Amino acid sequence: MENRKLIKIATAGSVDDGKSTLIGRLLYDTGSLTSDKLEAIERNSKQRGYDYLDFSLATDGLVAEREQGITIDVAHIYFNTDKTNFIVADTPGHVEYTRNMVTGASTSQVAIILIDARKGVIEQTYRHFFISNLLRLSHVVVAVNKMDLVDYDEEVYLKIKSDFEELVAKSDFTTDQITFIPISALKGENVSQKSDLMNWYIGNTLLDHLEVLEPADLQESSAARFPVQFVIRPKTEAYHDFRGFAGKVYGGNLKKGDSITVLPSLTTSKIKAIHFFEKEVEEAAIGSSITITLEDEVNVSRGDTIVKNSDLPKSEKSISATICQVNAKPLKVGDKYTLQHGVNRVLAKVESIQGRIHTDFSGEEASDQLKLNDIGQVTFKLSKAIHFDSYKQNKSTGSFILIDEGSYDTVSVGFIN
Amino acid sequence: MSNLFIPNPKEAESIHILREVAAQFEKPVLLFSGGKDSITLVRLAQKAFYPARIPFPLLHIDTGHNFPETIAFRDQLVEELGLELIVRNVQDSIDQGKVTEERGRYASRNTLQTTTLLDTIEEFKFDACIGGARRDEEKARAKERVFSVRDDFGQWDEKNQRPELFDMLNGKIHQGQNVRVFPISNWTELDVWEYIKNENMKIPSIYFAHKREVFFRDGMVWTANQHVYRDNSEEVVERMVRFRTVGDMTCTAAVLSDADTLEAVVDEIRLSTISERGARIDDKRSEAAMEKRKKVGYF
Ligand SMILES: Nc1nc2c(ncn2[C@@H]2O[C@H](COP(=O)(O)OP(=O)(O)OP(=O)(O)O)[C@@H](O)[C@H]2O)c(=O)[nH]1
Ligand SMILES: [Mg+2]
Repeated sequence: MENRKLIKIATAGSVDDGKSTLIGRLLYDTGSLTSDKLEAIERNSKQRGYDYLDFSLATDGLVAEREQGITIDVAHIYFNTDKTNFIVADTPGHVEYTRNMVTGASTSQVAIILIDARKGVIEQTYRHFFISNLLRLSHVVVAVNKMDLVDYDEEVYLKIKSDFEELVAKSDFTTDQITFIPISALKGENVSQKSDLMNWYIGNTLLDHLEVLEPADLQESSAARFPVQFVIRPKTEAYHDFRGFAGKVYGGNLKKGDSITVLPSLTTSKIKAIHFFEKEVEEAAIGSSITITLEDEVNVSRGDTIVKNSDLPKSEKSISATICQVNAKPLKVGDKYTLQHGVNRVLAKVESIQGRIHTDFSGEEASDQLKLNDIGQVTFKLSKAIHFDSYKQNKSTGSFILIDEGSYDTVSVGFIN
Repeated sequence: MSNLFIPNPKEAESIHILREVAAQFEKPVLLFSGGKDSITLVRLAQKAFYPARIPFPLLHIDTGHNFPETIAFRDQLVEELGLELIVRNVQDSIDQGKVTEERGRYASRNTLQTTTLLDTIEEFKFDACIGGARRDEEKARAKERVFSVRDDFGQWDEKNQRPELFDMLNGKIHQGQNVRVFPISNWTELDVWEYIKNENMKIPSIYFAHKREVFFRDGMVWTANQHVYRDNSEEVVERMVRFRTVGDMTCTAAVLSDADTLEAVVDEIRLSTISERGARIDDKRSEAAMEKRKKVGYF
């Protein structure tokens, strides 16, 4: 793969705000819609009696979605420009599918929150902005869409911008993380081409803006963490005594010779070698899937975490976290779940629910349960200590999922305080 | 020894997924078609477990209508890497009366594969099947999870998929269920080709331009061969062609091309204005062809 910059984006905003249309338009404008896909869109738009191309058909791939004209589940879309590779998670706007928005945004660095110019800032806008804030995305683009339906009126745009800025002030975002752009996804105004109909807007087009973003992943500045996924024992003649620990590097780089501690056993050793396939490397950067060997015969198994001696994570049997409920079955005090933290699993019991958080940043209310799409503060008791950082410090070691013991479904996602 | 290793993020993600499969499942299997995507999976699996062997076998569901070049390539790869290969034949499912051969102009064994696959999963009690499908291939695939849970009948419940958050993969399943795993979900066709080029991997010869007897139908280039139905009016000609995917002869159209090196192929893909699936006759059957097939257990 060529070394283009990779930017991961999620769309957000209320139902029918034009998220899928915008992504279809971006695909079209960047020449990423191949002729067969474009023909299918043309054919379908005509069949439906539209006098325009319905670009949402480029991403709404399920029969049920096309029938109802809404997005139900996340579509992952790929396109590139000369400078940048983009992965877009096109998420649903419907309240019922908020969990799918959380899912799509969890792997993204940037959110594009769409607002229908006629409707302004509404409940789903706050909710999705709240989730972007909770997930600590690196940038939010507020695209005020359907400007064609309000005569490209600057006043309408400015009113929405100032309403939204009130939300920004209540969040953890700084103003330079937020950008406002007035667009028409349907007509392609300010998407990849500067609009002549909105000369009052002096900023970049959406595509130009996305290309110049330099999203910083939060975890890049914290301490190195190496959760062990798999122990590699070749048991062949050439590698008779080889015992390698395979996993992915989070938080900070790992180097040959680093003094390390294995958790939970607290045994210490040094990194003997770092292997990537047939070669050995001195140092592995964040995000590498590598295999390491240690100087000493240490007992390490899946679920253990290898860290540098200088930077130990927290180890506790009781944790507090912000929970987002992604399953129809509510979370209640006393419930038991499997808690999966990275690649490690322990049992968890819900000790207390502090309350349900209002997603308009107006505080929380008491509640003894969290229902589908609710967000709340929860304390858990664990069967064994886990070794974690706060989500603010490290997204990977600061998050977990809860798995229902009956259905085995993923029912909640947690962000550790 | 090089200094700082900077990962290719898509490769690192795929390796992470393959290691999760090996750790979370008892009997995984890698579905191997002999195509570029499954060849890429094999390379990624080598990298994930090196210096140990790949800890699962390969399974090829052979329709009997494969290009002979693909089969020869498969056998050679398995031999070179010392892999375990299981082959099951659609012909056997036909002989046992479990499925009926399609007839007519568009007859293909592509859909029949599903039955043979489900029977093989049952026979070996495989709990995870690793496949090379990518989300950029097709609009229903764009909705697929990395760990896609299937019920006892192999069915995909597209409206009720498990959320996948960050890179945490939940492979917990009940007896009888199994998981389809897609480690290169986030790769594009161009990513795959650039990877094959950078890694200097071997691929079957039909991916490169070669002379072949073909005929033209519905604007597509079909292989002239005893397995492919052809009207007398459809004239056979010789052309320089190559294939962009290697499915069955009956459902994979060729493209006219002079690209005979990896560099040329990558350049061709980069400039192509038609998608890879545009050459898949099976997808042209209807708007929702892929979704329908997936619902009943197709890959
Ligand atoms: N006039 C006008 N209509 C638009 C614009 N953008 C989208 N639409 C229309 O708004 C409707 C909804 O668009 P979608 O793209 O499906 O909306 P969405 O936000 O993806 O909806 P969900 O995914 O279901 O939440 C469609 O009929 C679009 O054609 C725009 O800029 N101007
Ligand atoms: Mg949509």
